[in-house]
Amino acid sequence: MMTLHTLNRAPSHAALLADCLNACHRGDALLLLEDGVYCALNSLETPLQLPDDVSCFALEADVAARGLSGRLLANVTLVDDAGFVQLCCDHARSISWF
Amino acid sequence: MSHQKRFLVISRHPPYGSCHARDALDTALTSAVFEQPVTMLFMGDGVLQLIQAQQPAGIQQKNLAATLSALPLYDIEQLYVCASAMQQRGLKAEDCVLPVQLLDSNAIAELIRQHDVVLSF
Repeated sequence: MMTLHTLNRAPSHAALLADCLNACHRGDALLLLEDGVYCALNSLETPLQLPDDVSCFALEADVAARGLSGRLLANVTLVDDAGFVQLCCDHARSISWF
Repeated sequence: MSHQKRFLVISRHPPYGSCHARDALDTALTSAVFEQPVTMLFMGDGVLQLIQAQQPAGIQQKNLAATLSALPLYDIEQLYVCASAMQQRGLKAEDCVLPVQLLDSNAIAELIRQHDVVLSF
């Protein structure tokens, strides 16, 4: 069973983002929430580079709140609160990067 | 009788993850109500406050951008953004909810020198 990583800071927290991505293993999932959803902005000068075989999700309410609907990378899947719970259930453990 | 000081409010945080953005805006509006000339400068993640079509009802927060767009009604029309912060995030002035002027780092340093009081959030 793989790990769910949650990240809640903007990509300006570069060291945090790097620590999180470096800690992702093949098959893990990354869920962006709160200000973490800015990491998936498709217009970033340095776009999010996901490790191989890591799936990326973003919490829909946080995306809409920040005006980012339609501005995220195509490989990011939106989830609602129920989807958040499901991701927690589907993974053996979770790590919060904050 | 006039006791005016020139205020510069620097806002460097994104809109909803903390109270900083709201505090910056409240401070600017309060200063304006007391008839002090106020300039606002958005730097770093602060430029993310200006993105259009924010819908924060789903996270039980008030729309910060809606309040920001009221700044000109309070005679706060000196609105500046850090050009490199905009570029790093791929944002353009026309993406913003307000008419803003882009400044490079030299111009930002100069802007700070032109104000009596600088409040950073």
